[in-house]
Amino acid sequence: MAEQADNKSPFTQPFNIKDCALVAMATGYKAQNLREFKEGLLRVHESSIYHHFWGRFLEPQFDEPEYNNDFASWVYRRLNEKALAEKLSVIDPTDYEDIDAIRHDLVECIEDVLYENEFVPWTRADEQFHFVRSQIVVLDTGRYMEIPSDLSSAVPEMTIGSIFYHFIDARRRTEDGSDDFSAWLTGWGDIYNDLRLKLMAVDPFFSSLKELRFQVTHVLDEYFSGGNS
Amino acid sequence: MNELLVRYAEVTGMDVINHLSQLAVPLKGMKVVHVNSTREGGGVAEILRKLVPMMDALGLDVKWEVLKGNPLFYQCTKGFHNAIQGFQTDLSEAMLEAYETVSAENAERLRSVLEEADFVFIHDPQPAPFLSFCPNRRGKWVWRCHIDCSRPYRPVWKYLRKWIHSYDASIFSLAQFAQFLPHHQYLIAPSIDPLSEKNIDLPEEEIKGVFERFGLKPDLPLILQVSRFDRFKDPLGVIEAFRQSRKMVPLQLVLAGGGATDDPEGGKVLDEVREAAEDEEDVHVLLLPPDAHRTINALQRASDIVLQKSIKEGFGLTVTEAMWKGKPVIGGDTGGIRLQVVDHFTGFRVRSPEGAALRIRYLLHSLDKLEEMGTRAKRLVLENFLLTRHLREYLALMIGVLHGLEDRIDMTR
Repeated sequence: MAEQADNKSPFTQPFNIKDCALVAMATGYKAQNLREFKEGLLRVHESSIYHHFWGRFLEPQFDEPEYNNDFASWVYRRLNEKALAEKLSVIDPTDYEDIDAIRHDLVECIEDVLYENEFVPWTRADEQFHFVRSQIVVLDTGRYMEIPSDLSSAVPEMTIGSIFYHFIDARRRTEDGSDDFSAWLTGWGDIYNDLRLKLMAVDPFFSSLKELRFQVTHVLDEYFSGGNS
Repeated sequence: MNELLVRYAEVTGMDVINHLSQLAVPLKGMKVVHVNSTREGGGVAEILRKLVPMMDALGLDVKWEVLKGNPLFYQCTKGFHNAIQGFQTDLSEAMLEAYETVSAENAERLRSVLEEADFVFIHDPQPAPFLSFCPNRRGKWVWRCHIDCSRPYRPVWKYLRKWIHSYDASIFSLAQFAQFLPHHQYLIAPSIDPLSEKNIDLPEEEIKGVFERFGLKPDLPLILQVSRFDRFKDPLGVIEAFRQSRKMVPLQLVLAGGGATDDPEGGKVLDEVREAAEDEEDVHVLLLPPDAHRTINALQRASDIVLQKSIKEGFGLTVTEAMWKGKPVIGGDTGGIRLQVVDHFTGFRVRSPEGAALRIRYLLHSLDKLEEMGTRAKRLVLENFLLTRHLREYLALMIGVLHGLEDRIDMTR
């Protein structure tokens, strides 16, 4: 197995390590109650939906988030609608073909609650939800990985921007919603199936990017130091 | 590698510096000018003092210019500051005239530098009209608002907006501060510099030295608020919180602040604070010179709990500084304090002197919690509020502004 892995597959290109940075922008949309929140979701640019699911990883956050997206957090913390927050938090953006499909399901969940409730949940003026969008700048680091075992030395050295780009942002770009490392391993046939599955099992939603880098490094270390190369 | 970058790498890790270097590549050699109203005192000057050399170290051609005003000009811009934070402020025709005349004179003095720049960052309202006096500008102009602009006093904001609307972009510290403007509004939180005199590690004897130097009692818990003597920082509310908590626990309070050259109201507020503290044992009001960074550092490190009981706050860099030193912060539930003080995790957010008193008592009663929160506070700052993150977002913004409104700017193509 080791011998096979060290020979570069003719179908596999070297992995180009990229980096990225995100900068947030105001959209002007905000919500003080659940109805305004739904209206905002219907109107905001798709990059805002992206930001509140994914872009928030590159924003200041405490490392023990209760929910996996900003929408669910606000609904719980400010509107005290725990059941709705739970429904919003199980929406996994990688299950959807595009952002509009995610938007549709978010709005559906909210409409159900608005239909069932006799009043519209609301919060204080200074606790409104502000829809934010972001611009992402993608950069070439000029560094490459030739073979999968290079991952174990390259990942710990990666910036959090690279981790975000290859492990989180990738889920929006790859056909099967996977991270770039797993997608690259697919090109090596079945040899790295075990590793691919382990990487895909890392849940990126509840960690900071530094923690995520640590977790991915741990998976790679275990795999490659366990006789796989 | 540049020595300054190496020093930051020692604090943040090399990966952070590599990231900045990558981002700076497309901007190398570009002429960047920052303009603000003072070189000493206040958060803006502190940020620029290191942001400028860091940009320079990354290969950008950076200048920092400071406007020169007169008393009427500063009275007017202090009025702007208050009005942006929501207070009804009436500005006379004479004050506005002074504002516009000083702006025109300064813009004329700096014209060649400003018009030749690829990027001009104008900080806060003081130099906002400069753009209108530079018709032959060739670069991108960005207005950076460091103030809590969530509910500005409308007549004054309408006046200021006419100077701001022509900018290519603006920056606010938080989403709730952004205003309706006909250009992109970026959201960038400020930061602290871990290598500055105010934030570097200090020898233990220097920290302990503040007790003797300021007549403090080494055996009493020390509560500290560092801020300008400004009503928005609610120093009188801090004294009230001290009075209430001292009924239950012995402690001492230090209110330490300096004046800023652009704040004509500071003296009046300081007098009120001194009067309130006059009959209070163990309350120390310290007026420190603008360069007392190391003293403030030592006071923050010597304290047990840091307060920032602001009623309005742009961001609250003193909160960031205290958290960097591993101190839990009891802060006003406003502005950027919300971004930093995660309730029950890195400190407490309060809305009254009573709330502050309750949390002081709780933390002094539960010393393990106090330490745990302090540790978390430091980690939050390390990962989110150091100068390197601030700089990263400035560089990303500059690339963003050059590329218009694209969501995804792929520099690898």
